[in-house]
Amino acid sequence: MTFSRGVLVAVLSLLPTMGQAYELSDWDSVTAAARGQTVYWNAWGGDPRTNAYIDWVAEEVDERYGIDLEHVKVSDTAAAVTRVVAEKAAGNEDRGAVDLIWLNGENFATMKENDLLYGPWAEQLPHFPLTAPNQNPEVREDFTLPVEGYEAPWGRAQITFYYDSARVDEPPRSIPALLDWAKAHPGRFTYPQPPAFLGTTFLKQALLALTEHREALYAPVGEADFESVTAPLWAYLDRLHPYLWREGERFPAGGPRMRQLMGDGALSLAFTFTPSAPAAAVLDYQLPPTTRSYILDDGTLGNVHFVAIPFNAQHKAGALTVANFLLSPEAQARKQDLSLWGDATVLDMSRLSPEQREAFARDGRAAESLPPSSLGETLREPHPSWIAPLEEAWRQRYGAQ
Amino acid sequence: MTAGVAYRLVVGVLPWLTIALLSVPVVAGVLGALAPAFGWLPVLGGERLTLAPWRQLFAVPGIVDMARLSLVTGLVSAALSLGLVVLFLGSFLHTPLYRRIQRWLSPLLAVPHAAAAIGLAFLLAPSGWVVRGLSPWATGWAYPPDYAFPGDAWGLSLILGLVVKEVPFLLLMSLAALVQCQARERLSVARSLGYRPLTAFLKGVMPGLYPLLRLPLYAVIAFATSTVDVAMILGPTTPPPLAVAVVGWLNDPTLSMRFMASAGAMLQLLLTLTALLIWWTLERLVARVSRGWCRDGRRQCGDRWLAGMAWLAMRTVLGLMMAALAGLALWSVAGYWPFPAFLPWPPIAHNWLNAADDLVAPVWQSLGVALAATLVSVVLVLGALESETQRRRPMRPWAQLILYLPLLVPSVAFLFGLVMMQAQMGVRPGLGAVIIGHAVFVLPYVFLSLAESYRRLDPRWSQQARSLGAGPWRVFWRVRLPLLLTPLLTAAAVGFAVSIGQYLPTILLGAGRVVTVTTEAVSLASGGDRRLTAIYALLQLLLPALGFMLAMLVPRYVFRRRRDLLPGTD
Amino acid sequence: MASLRLDDIVIHQGQHRLLSLDTTVAPGEVLTVMGPSGVGKSTLLAFIAGFLSPAFEAQGCVLLDATRIDTLPAEQRHVGLLFQDPLLFPHLDVAGNLAFGMVREGTRRQRRARIHDALSSVGLEAFAGRDPATLSGGQKARVALLRVLLSKPRAMLLDEPFSKLDAERRGEIRHWVFERVRDHRLPTLMVTHDEADAQAAGGRILRLTERDTVMGPTDKEERA
Repeated sequence: MTFSRGVLVAVLSLLPTMGQAYELSDWDSVTAAARGQTVYWNAWGGDPRTNAYIDWVAEEVDERYGIDLEHVKVSDTAAAVTRVVAEKAAGNEDRGAVDLIWLNGENFATMKENDLLYGPWAEQLPHFPLTAPNQNPEVREDFTLPVEGYEAPWGRAQITFYYDSARVDEPPRSIPALLDWAKAHPGRFTYPQPPAFLGTTFLKQALLALTEHREALYAPVGEADFESVTAPLWAYLDRLHPYLWREGERFPAGGPRMRQLMGDGALSLAFTFTPSAPAAAVLDYQLPPTTRSYILDDGTLGNVHFVAIPFNAQHKAGALTVANFLLSPEAQARKQDLSLWGDATVLDMSRLSPEQREAFARDGRAAESLPPSSLGETLREPHPSWIAPLEEAWRQRYGAQ
Repeated sequence: MTAGVAYRLVVGVLPWLTIALLSVPVVAGVLGALAPAFGWLPVLGGERLTLAPWRQLFAVPGIVDMARLSLVTGLVSAALSLGLVVLFLGSFLHTPLYRRIQRWLSPLLAVPHAAAAIGLAFLLAPSGWVVRGLSPWATGWAYPPDYAFPGDAWGLSLILGLVVKEVPFLLLMSLAALVQCQARERLSVARSLGYRPLTAFLKGVMPGLYPLLRLPLYAVIAFATSTVDVAMILGPTTPPPLAVAVVGWLNDPTLSMRFMASAGAMLQLLLTLTALLIWWTLERLVARVSRGWCRDGRRQCGDRWLAGMAWLAMRTVLGLMMAALAGLALWSVAGYWPFPAFLPWPPIAHNWLNAADDLVAPVWQSLGVALAATLVSVVLVLGALESETQRRRPMRPWAQLILYLPLLVPSVAFLFGLVMMQAQMGVRPGLGAVIIGHAVFVLPYVFLSLAESYRRLDPRWSQQARSLGAGPWRVFWRVRLPLLLTPLLTAAAVGFAVSIGQYLPTILLGAGRVVTVTTEAVSLASGGDRRLTAIYALLQLLLPALGFMLAMLVPRYVFRRRRDLLPGTD
Repeated sequence: MASLRLDDIVIHQGQHRLLSLDTTVAPGEVLTVMGPSGVGKSTLLAFIAGFLSPAFEAQGCVLLDATRIDTLPAEQRHVGLLFQDPLLFPHLDVAGNLAFGMVREGTRRQRRARIHDALSSVGLEAFAGRDPATLSGGQKARVALLRVLLSKPRAMLLDEPFSKLDAERRGEIRHWVFERVRDHRLPTLMVTHDEADAQAAGGRILRLTERDTVMGPTDKEERA
């Protein structure tokens, strides 16, 4: 086996390498090497608006850099991670099927810990300084894990609650108030089943609001007393669950399913990680026109999401060029436009020219979405090591999966 | 002479290629998942054999429930489907109702599992069509009621979804088997002895029919115990059936979960084998118990009552399917459709127009993959059947078993191992791998659809042609193929439909690069927009429907002046 | 024209010896083979034509004049075959059926002319473009024979060729077929159940019995 793999590598090294070599320090050499490459971008494909945006990116990079960008729609980013793992297992060192991957948090932590990432490269991108990383440390930190240039920031998310104003007069504005509201409206609220991303996020949001040891959440879980830090959360959930949809015995599989239940009228209150999503869903007839959004008074969790390049990506130069384009003011402004996608920018407005800022002001904001002024405090994500124990503890208590 | 040699060579090689296509991926895939199940996966640091993955697996809360759920839903749905099919055949064989339903079988079979499940979920959900139809005037509900269906903990909705799909499959399989076991003759003998129709069928035909239905039934059980897409849409979530959980573990970002996932895949394999073993035991038992009953000479056994039940159940199954498909159509043109409005009003084109651009690529890829996989399968099947005809020997039991191998081994159990093998061999993920992967599942269906017609073709046609001086190729192209055009196109349409419906092989072997209407439908099912999901589910229906339409129209056109070959004139 | 020589033919079915035979059929002679079902009449024809099922085993030679044909593939034996069904290919029209077996010689126009002549000889010249399914039983039988004759066979095998024709047509067709066979001086083997067929054929009659059957020079010894 070792022998045959050696032979394979030897043979492959004799073949002319695909594309040209490049130097990260010489950006022109990157774009030159990128020309003609096909970049396979593995990105969640569950939202038509996101997909449409990525289609636009594909057209642009084709026109500007001669890159053929293929959106590989995954229903779970972990599937792309799985593929890189399988490739590494098979000794595939430089012909990886994944060139660029949209991820953050746990998937990033997994890939970084297992040396599945190419880098560091992100801070060498010409557009990276526009994020003003010194003023905005969150672009260098992914769920408290230092990014160290192994992924480039792309967008921001923040937990946003939404409700049907035709059925709810006054929505709860804090985690404790949510319990009282649920008692008054049994069966009309729920959260996705952890380990679904949004479900775990709800656990973290509730934990941050309830625990007396908030600072412990920003250090690795091993350094804290997990039981005592999380005890208030379980006490809260024990009281909340009987008043949830299906009396807390079933949970929706994910955020989209929860939105569907809102659309059906089964729920009256729900939440999302994409502030623009409720407005977008109204435009697409998925939610009632009477939908309204808000943020909890004490603030909600927010994070930055990133793009990374696997260690064995076959078209790294192309992937780098795409990542840099994603950070361009034009691409970021278009992404933030609510009529198109509505994902918040990671650029710092102070670094942009007045004309560039202008583009960000263009906004198709509708009544259903969050008024800009109501953007509350953003709570930082806890250390990613908390995620697995939280999910496991939840599973032990409430779920079989 | 050289043409004859070439012909013999091709006909000699194709059956072996067929066997290889059916068995190599399955066996290699299982082996590829077996090693990590015992801790062997060097790249993740698993370098010695250990039982740790199994210990980890059995420590998963609810693992017993998952296994039981898979086992029970699989066995119950198979038993219900078989019961329904048998009662229906017994009561209505050779009646106009039977012939009417027979005509719908292939199209019904062509409805992909995911599309049928999505439609059923739309229909039966708390906010679904049934409840809307009754609310609020009968139920008083202004909001959707809070009951768990689909997704009930018992798996009833999952069972229902499986039955709806398995009944047409078993009926179709029975068509050929009925001829083979000379049901008509057996029935007339029993009827002339004074047996009522159903009793005559049960006592006179079943003992001959059942052995022929055994493998299809086992395939049904294997599918039902290991389904992923149907269970994801209709099954319970806490806990889900085992196969769904295994796919979840495979996708878990924690890499060490991969060992447990492999053990889970092996457990799934064992579970399916257990289900088959249980069924086999029950089979023996029923055979023993019914032996006396067959001979007791009683001429009826509640025939009329059972016939009524069979009629009702069959109507329900077909009605559910139709209503589910109608629901899909409505959702695809629905604007905001608040509960409890019965119809989405006004209908809008927005959803279709919005999706139109995105539909192009998946539709083309689906067509490309399905056509190629079908072509590969048809060529191999024709080769295998030609060879069988040449040797004038029926298929051996082991060959029959290999044919069913991809249908009997749960696909979750071997697909992960296949991905490893694919990377190991340096096969680039993409269209080629997906086409081969599809062909593994398409081929058995093409074979099963075509074999009966092929074997029944009068050998004197070829003899006549050869005595007129036609060589083996000429006989094949100019005589056998035209005579078999109609069943061949139908078999191709069945294969095409099977390919369109494939999810797991597409997503795993294509590394997500191959986007079909089915991968889009399932990935959107997780995105929750009913309108878009409905559009893709409808496309899942429309493409196979197109295939069946062509299969029907092409012979009608080609043979428009050939009375003996026009379909429906037999 | 050639004669058909069946040289020391022995056919076994497993251990059971089905029949043995040694005879020569002269050009234009119709040798009638009769006997109850299961004695191997059709097996004999299958062996001569080249379609013997693997369930049987045969020894001996089949010769057309001096040429041994039992080692040739069926399509190269030039042995014409008529079954009880006319077996006109349903996907071809009448002319197509006739063209199917025709030797590819001469121009397309010449071949078309030959088809026309053949059809005219039986008064079916207007039927060239017809769907065979629209023909009457007698017409089908005629086309079937024309098709075989146009393939220029050197011998003929008839497997109960008239059994499905209605009684009034039967004599007429029978007469016509034998006439053609004699015209073409084809050595012919006919399997039939019908004494009238045998009488009309006017040649030797070979009666196979349930037991081992023999004919020809070795006839008497073997039977004894």
